[in-house]
Amino acid sequence: MATTVEHTPGQAHAEHHEPSFWRKYIFSTDHKIIGIQFLFMSLLFLLLGGLLALVIRWQLGWPSDPSMPMPGGSALPESMVNSGIILPEFYNSAVTMHGTIMIFFAIMPLLVGVFANYLIPLQIGAPDMAFPRLNMASFWTAFPAGLIMVAGFFVAGGHSAAGWTQYPPLSANPEYTGVYMGQTLWLVSMIILGFSSLMGAVNYITTVINMRAPGMTWFRMPLSVWALFITAILILLAVPVLTGALILLLFDSSLGTSFFLPEAGGEPLLWQHLFWFFGHPEVYILILPAMGFVSEIIASGSRKPIFGYPAMVLAIIAIAFLGWGVWGHHMFQSGMAFTLGAGFMATTMVIAVPSAIKTFNWMATMWRGDLHFHVPMMHAVAFVGMFVIGGLSGVFVASTAVDIFLHDTYFVVAHIHYVLFGGSLFAIFGAIIYWYPKMFGRLMSPTLGKIHFWLTLLFFNLTFFPMHFLGVNGMMRRIYDPTQYEFLQPLQGWNTFITISAILLVIAQLIFAFNFIWSLFRGEPAGPNPWRANSLEWTAPSPPPHGNFDATPVVYRGPYEYSSPLSDEDYLPQSVPPVDEAPGGPPAPDDPETGDGESSEPASRQEG
Amino acid sequence: MPWLPPNVSAHGGEIDGIFYVILWITVIIFLLVEGGLLWFIFRYRHKEGRKAEHTHGNWKVEVVWTAIPFIIVVVLGAMSWGPWSAARNPARAPSDAVELAVHASQFEWQVTYPGPDGELDTGDDFEQRNQLHIPVDRPIRIHLSSEDVIHSFFLPHFRVKQDVVPGMEGQSLWFEATEPGEYVLACAELCGTGHTRMMGSVTVYPAGEFEAWQARNAASN
Repeated sequence: MATTVEHTPGQAHAEHHEPSFWRKYIFSTDHKIIGIQFLFMSLLFLLLGGLLALVIRWQLGWPSDPSMPMPGGSALPESMVNSGIILPEFYNSAVTMHGTIMIFFAIMPLLVGVFANYLIPLQIGAPDMAFPRLNMASFWTAFPAGLIMVAGFFVAGGHSAAGWTQYPPLSANPEYTGVYMGQTLWLVSMIILGFSSLMGAVNYITTVINMRAPGMTWFRMPLSVWALFITAILILLAVPVLTGALILLLFDSSLGTSFFLPEAGGEPLLWQHLFWFFGHPEVYILILPAMGFVSEIIASGSRKPIFGYPAMVLAIIAIAFLGWGVWGHHMFQSGMAFTLGAGFMATTMVIAVPSAIKTFNWMATMWRGDLHFHVPMMHAVAFVGMFVIGGLSGVFVASTAVDIFLHDTYFVVAHIHYVLFGGSLFAIFGAIIYWYPKMFGRLMSPTLGKIHFWLTLLFFNLTFFPMHFLGVNGMMRRIYDPTQYEFLQPLQGWNTFITISAILLVIAQLIFAFNFIWSLFRGEPAGPNPWRANSLEWTAPSPPPHGNFDATPVVYRGPYEYSSPLSDEDYLPQSVPPVDEAPGGPPAPDDPETGDGESSEPASRQEG
Repeated sequence: MPWLPPNVSAHGGEIDGIFYVILWITVIIFLLVEGGLLWFIFRYRHKEGRKAEHTHGNWKVEVVWTAIPFIIVVVLGAMSWGPWSAARNPARAPSDAVELAVHASQFEWQVTYPGPDGELDTGDDFEQRNQLHIPVDRPIRIHLSSEDVIHSFFLPHFRVKQDVVPGMEGQSLWFEATEPGEYVLACAELCGTGHTRMMGSVTVYPAGEFEAWQARNAASN
């Protein structure tokens, strides 16, 4: 089972002469630098996506109200904002680009580009990725994709306005939206980004399979590595489907083909099937790594082994496997055959179960723990609380019957934001703060971190919880002006309330931005293991040098041996040799380290 | 607190019923889980001398909390089958319905009514833009088609929503109104710049009055 490989010791890298600034920080092949490059890029996109959300909210809070001109609107061209009024063309672009940028250029690279790169080699005890140059190419493919996506805002006709889901014919025939160049740039950027994701995924999978340190068996891997590994498999299998569909859509919109256009026999629903065949695994790509990080942080913050490690791994695998069979639940009202709807309802209901298992296991990990509420732990626990809401609201729309009413309403908007913001983004904040000292050698300010956390938790809920009410009242997604509908007019107070909350939510993020930058220079020096955690990255210096470890670490146990009776401390790092080396030693019968047949000699040891 | 718009359709009550069953179940789970989480946060917060219990799990409780959600979702799925099939199974479309045709285009709903002969595609058909007129307490069947992009035919008070896909033949939906009055027809799928104003009115006539309206309009056509 344990296919560990003796790889080149880290010293080989350390002997290299100091690379130039250009090679070290720009065209770097070091997985840590590449992860940090993705971090800076995707945080900038997160900010842009947040500002686009405010454009949407401003219009919904005070729809086309001349007495409430959009702040800064005069700086934008009249084709977007005219006398302070957001035009419907620009509104639709903002809706499209908020979704596109948040999903593909913020959350996905934050979870995968940043942390798969940064964490996998460090947590499995490898000096770098299996293919460092491919890794560099992955970033330098994502970067121009981002530039092309941003360029779409500056071309005549504005940016794509067909929604992030790009349903044809609206997206396939520029005459339906009036967007020509922007639509083409959107498609080209997304196609390029797909190649970046694939290069990353191949690398993560190969690295996890081949480059684990001696003793790092599959079931001694941290759950973050498990989650990233399974996510990489999902990316490898799902993204090509999207890329292929995007190429067909590009042909339709610029070369006059008719894959998705009905006039010449094309099929609009084919796009939806292809898009969601990618899109639902994508949802799990956007949550599984977050679940992995949260598992790390909750175990370390609770000073307790993760409850039911094998069940946690199986749940990740089950979600990934079942995730291929649920795409049709996005299409219950699409005109798809009703029997298919019933089948997809069944698979969708079942996939709720592994998510429930994970939630209960996180809670059981906290049960009888010794909970240290440092800032990453606060975010991780908030993730559990918010993910529960996102999961439960999903049950409503999983019912085909109830979905008839709730589909394409703000209920769905509330649901996705509880999963992707309350879930993924809280986990990302927690993970950035947790691994920041490893990345930069300094801790982020806990005081600023706590202020940011509480304000974010408060305004997140004030922004998104009332959206459930809007949806239950029938308010449609993506409409420009709900006050045109008499039955939605009583909701306008809620819309204004949500907008004010959303503005405060974005302002609260500036605290995080300030803390992030300030702590780079002024944060408290962290030392190798500020959280007294067990996994291998905490034995390397902070930040780890090129090559990561002075000597290849040897792993003796799972990553969650907190408060173990075998140690006087409340943690027991994976690479500390057992005190009692005698055969038939102390491990408890239900200990995951039994039965793996791996008893690597403690050859060369180092303490970070 | 604003809530579900009043239901004025025959099938909507069952859909709302499932909504409320799910609501109760999820509210109870929500309170138990979030309450438990808050209790753990308080009860097991770090104190001097506290030592966490060293346990790796307990398969018995894990089986229990795998089985319970499984049973709940299977029951909810089974409950949804009936109204879903009633609303969407073509074999269950009413045969004695008042038949109308709705043609969607950017950004309007063109409604075609049968004249006094009660049949579509005959010489006495007439059209109304953005106005859906229907009788109360009689099954209505609407044949849908789209001129350009995907629209979604949404009647919030009737718990009706159906995407209208260009090029897809034979799309239809059916329902029965239970209360005379004025309601709204909206587009629920982003369909372009004018999506937000793709709106129509729905007029439900008391028994007998629909035929009078129909005859009046057919004659003036």
